[in-house]
Order: sequence, then structure tokens, then C-alpha cells
Amino acid sequence: MEYLLLQVLNGVQLGLLMFLLAAGLTLTLGIMDLVNLAHGSLYMMGAYIAWTLIGVTDSFVLGALLALPATFLLGVVVEAVVIRKLYARDHLTQVLATFGLILFFNELVRALWGPAGKSIAVPGFLNRTIEILPGVPYPAYRFAIILVGALVAILLAWLVARTRLGMLIRAGASNRRMIGALGVNIELLFSLVFGLGAVFAGLAGLMSAPIASVRIGMGDDILILALVIIVIGGIGSIKGAFIAAMVVGQIDIVGRAFLPDILKTFMSSSAASSAAPAISQVMVYVLMAVVLVWRPTGLFGQRT
Amino acid sequence: MKNKLFGTATIAAAMAFGLPAMAQSPIKIGFVSTFSGPQAAIGEDMRRSVELAKEHLGGKMGGKPFEIIYEDDQFKPDVGKARSEKLVQQDKVNFIGGYIWSNVLLASYKTVVDEGDTILISANAGPSQIAGDLCNKNFFSTSWQNDQTPMAMGEYLNTKGVKSLYLVGPNYAAGKDMLAGVKRTYKGKIVSEDYTKWPDQLDFSAEMTKIAAAKPDGIFIFYPGAHGVQFVKQWAQSGLNKTVPLYQVFSIDAITLPQQGDLALGTLGAQEWVNDLPNEANKKYVADFKKKHGTYPSYYGAQSYDAIMLMASAAEALKGDLSNKDKVRAEMKKANFKSVRGDFKFGNNNFPIENFYIQETVKDPQGMVTVKTIATAVKDAVDPFAAKCPMK
Repeated sequence: MEYLLLQVLNGVQLGLLMFLLAAGLTLTLGIMDLVNLAHGSLYMMGAYIAWTLIGVTDSFVLGALLALPATFLLGVVVEAVVIRKLYARDHLTQVLATFGLILFFNELVRALWGPAGKSIAVPGFLNRTIEILPGVPYPAYRFAIILVGALVAILLAWLVARTRLGMLIRAGASNRRMIGALGVNIELLFSLVFGLGAVFAGLAGLMSAPIASVRIGMGDDILILALVIIVIGGIGSIKGAFIAAMVVGQIDIVGRAFLPDILKTFMSSSAASSAAPAISQVMVYVLMAVVLVWRPTGLFGQRT
Repeated sequence: MKNKLFGTATIAAAMAFGLPAMAQSPIKIGFVSTFSGPQAAIGEDMRRSVELAKEHLGGKMGGKPFEIIYEDDQFKPDVGKARSEKLVQQDKVNFIGGYIWSNVLLASYKTVVDEGDTILISANAGPSQIAGDLCNKNFFSTSWQNDQTPMAMGEYLNTKGVKSLYLVGPNYAAGKDMLAGVKRTYKGKIVSEDYTKWPDQLDFSAEMTKIAAAKPDGIFIFYPGAHGVQFVKQWAQSGLNKTVPLYQVFSIDAITLPQQGDLALGTLGAQEWVNDLPNEANKKYVADFKKKHGTYPSYYGAQSYDAIMLMASAAEALKGDLSNKDKVRAEMKKANFKSVRGDFKFGNNNFPIENFYIQETVKDPQGMVTVKTIATAVKDAVDPFAAKCPMK
């Protein structure tokens, strides 16, 4: 029972990190109609910027807090310099251009920080385990990720549902041209949305850094999963991205934690242990295919 | 670009010293490794050691200048194969060295060894297939067969009396060889054998929770490069470092330690080469490497250094004339050079017959986290696939 609870928590933590990345992606794709493959690069840049700032300030919390406006700025600059020129183009051009951005950022990081990865230590006050239930320890840092992730999700829900910016975002997701025609400053809105997406990606990157490590291309693998999540959730829907991220997080953990044992009940132990990771790898894609057959625009996507 | 510069510099230097450089075609060496992406640090360590070998050789083998053409496999088997093809067919190199990854080597292998004119020297990867059925006279290894290092670890765990072991590794060719290797020799109970997605899984929370629930006497892992950093950090953060010791192969080394730092202290691993092995060639290699780069070299580097020295030994014996491949192969088979691991012999499948040591992660007198030898695990080990190789 405790084991189950811990594994569910692991899934929640993974899902929340994925949600932070997917939230920005679904906003840019849904509202700006922009395919941004370089979203993973913002995740990486968030981590590298945080690494530098943590080194300068000698404090994890301070460095991380400073890294957020820095990634926002980076997002706004990237939007103004590159992305803005892509809105009128077709998706293929956007894919090519943002793929170019991935290469650019990877090389930029190599030039600035070198090829070897960097490491961010877990902040001292979180470098221990806490008992979530009496006698059930859980790493404090991972628990902090859950708290921060949940807080950001609530904040984002409030922002989208209750504020004027959120109203514009929702309007933009359902009909982009119409809000332009109504006299809303689209340029500013897009700039803000892209910057916001960059902050969430950067936050996900810097929070995952102490668990993983800060390295070139760290956002590239995770981007594919984020794309799957927004497709499942419905492009443009924050709620969809949240639910899909939670489901994908749990599926990933189930595949790793329980699937080998389930397979062992009807196949040999060694076959089961090598089949399990392969199967759990495709489970997420199977889910995506099933969702798309059932609802072609995703769980919460706008019907067209 | 850089490679061309090196080549030009070598020739220019040869001319400056008054050698008939124009009349001699230089010896060409291809070197395939990972120079971009998350594992680029390993490739960089290998390149540094290759350049150091070149320096120690004075830029010449058997009186002839040599040039090295580096190619980036991008950590992808298909790219590695294409780069190897280019080296064989377009550059017409005499030797190809390198190869970190078993899956990259397996993809590139046939293209190189079947060509007949190029000799391949693996400076790291040692998949079981190549040691066994697929062995080839054009292939040499300056590393090990994948199973051997974990086998050495297994032997040591028996003597240490570790009663149960939890195995975790990545789901690809080398991961399977490594876990199979430790199972060959380890006599205690295997609690579980988990494979994780490779290379995209970097979160091990589910595995840590499983290990904590299983309460084994030890964990055995194989996670090279960036993945090793992740695993060790997450093992420490989960609090398992206080209850379950970590035994590893290829997961804690000079490349990963700057990031693992104190978290790795006290962990044990097996290796055929350690930076403190007391032979002259090794002392010189490690000291010069440290002087140049400020860090310890890794076994990836040591094996690459040896690969170049092995090529040089054949070229020396033949006075730079590499036209007769049978003679080149015969000279290489002698392993007549000062290896940084100490002397070794080649087995029938051209894999080294060598010692394996147990290393512990410690702090050196300057406070740098490194590894030191604490025991010899096995002596003159022959890999378990040698018998399957039809070569004599």
C-alpha cells in the first residue's frame, strides 16, 4: 500500500514537470498557431541560466527566482527576433526554423558553458527525506517539486479563467483572427504568451536539474513527450495539458514499476524484464492513438 | 576544420624538420566517437588522450607523420555507420579507432572490417557478438568484452559476502551484456533485474522506490556518462545511500565525478584501468594529462591512448610501411607496446587478456574526488565468448 502511494507520488511529480513544459507548448500552438520545436531549448536554457545564477548568488532559491525573469526575457527576445517572422508562414517553415533554433541553442550552450554537463546541488534544507506518512520516507526535493508544480498549475488556472489576459488567451485559442479584428494588440499578447511559456519551460528545467543534470540537449528528449501530452489534452487547452500530463506520468510509472511483475506472471523472467521497458515506451503513444480515434481534437481541444 | 588544421600542422612541422614529407603519404587514422549531444564529454576525453598520444609519439609512427580524422557519431548507430563508411571509402584511412557505444560499433562493424584494408580498434565498446561468432581478423580491442568488467565485480562481491543484489541497467546491447556479466559470476541472490528505457529515461524515481521496497544488500548498476550522474544523484537523494551500497561498472569515472562529487564517495566499481596503476607509461600519461587539462583522464581516454599506441607499435615494427595488411595484423597481435594498464596479451578473438581491479571513490590530497585501486579482482581474465570465435 505504501509502495503504491510512493509510486503514485513519483508519477505525480513526473506529470507536474511535464505539465510545466506542456503548458507553454500548448499555449503557443493553440493561440499563436506556432509549431515551436525549440520549446525544449528554453527548458535547457532555464537550467543553464539557473546554474550560473545559483553560482553567482550562492543560493538555490535566489538563483532560481532570478532565473525566471531571465528566461522570460530570453523568451521575449527570441519571439521578437525569430518567432515573429514565422506567424505568417506555414507549419513546415516553422518546424524548420525552430529546429534550427534547437541547433543554435545547443551550440550556444557548448560555446558558453562547454560540452560537459553541469550539476546543481539540491538546496541544503531539502536535501533529506520527509515522512509523508509515518514511516514512509520520500525525498524532500521531489516533494517540493510536487508543491511548486501544483502551485503553478493553480496559478495558471486562475490566470486563464479569471484575468483579462486569460480571457484574451482563451479567445485567441478559439479564434485568433477575431480578437485581432476586435482591436486587441495581438503582437503584445503573443510576446507575453511566448515569454510565459518560456518561464514555465525554464522553471521545469531548473527544477529537474538537481535530480537530473544540466546538459546539452536535455530538452530534446522530453519535448516529444510534451508534444504527445498536448495532443492528448487538446491543443490550446491548459486543462487538457494538465490532465494528460498527469495520466502520462502515471502510465510511465506503471510501466516501470508494475509492468515487469505483471509480465512475469505469464512469461519468463528475463523476457519480461527486457520487454517491459519496450512496452512501457509505446504505451503513451498507444494512449495518444486511442484518444485521437475517439476525439480527433484531443480531450479538451476546440471542435472545428 | 580543426582536424584539417592538425593535419596541415603535422605536415608543416615535418617539412620544417627537413623530412621528405612530400614523398611520404602520412598514415591516416580515423577516430569515431561522440562529440556532440549529452555524451560529448566522453568523446572530448578520448580526443584529449588521442592528442596526448600524438604528442608523446612526436606526431610520427615508424618515422612517418600521421593525421587523425575525428568523426562525430552523434550517439546514433546510423550516423556512426555513415561516418565510418566515409572514413573507409573516402578518406581511405589505415586504422579506425574509437567507438564508445556497443550499438554504434555493431552498426559500423561490417562496413569497416569487411572492407579488408582498414583495421578497426575499439577503444571502448565490446559487444559479445564481436568477441564471439562475429570476430574478425581486422578487429582489435584495447578495452574489454562487455561482460568482463561486471564479471570482475561479481567475483569481488562474492568475496565480500554481499548476499543479495538488485540489478539495474539500460535496455540496449551493452546494458544486457553488463547485467548478464555480473550474473555469470555472482553467487548470491539476484533480487530483481530491471531494464530502463535508453537513452531517454533519466528519472529513476520508480526504480528507487522499488529498490527501497525490495531491501537488497547492494545495488549493481551500469549507467555510462550522463545517466550515471543521474542515477547516483537520485540514489543519494532518495536516502538509499544510507541503507543500500551501490556497486557499479562504467557509471562513476573521471567524466561523471565532477558532477557526482561527494555523493559518490565510498562507492566501489570494477575497471581494467585505474589512474593510479603503478607502471611508468601510466604515470606519464596521467601526469601529462592532468598538467594539460587539470583533471584526471578516464578509462575511455586511457583506452584511446592505448589504441593509438597499439597502431604506433605496428607501424614502428614495420618501419612505417603499412602496405602488407597481414604483417600489420601480425604485429598488432603481439601487443608489443607499453600499455597504461600494464602489459597484456591478445586472445584468439583479439580482445585483451588482462587484469581487472576494484576501485573506490575517494578524495585525493588536493580535495578532488577521484577513484583509487583497492584490490585486484581477477588476473589475466579471458572473456567468456572467446571460445565461440573461430579464429585461432
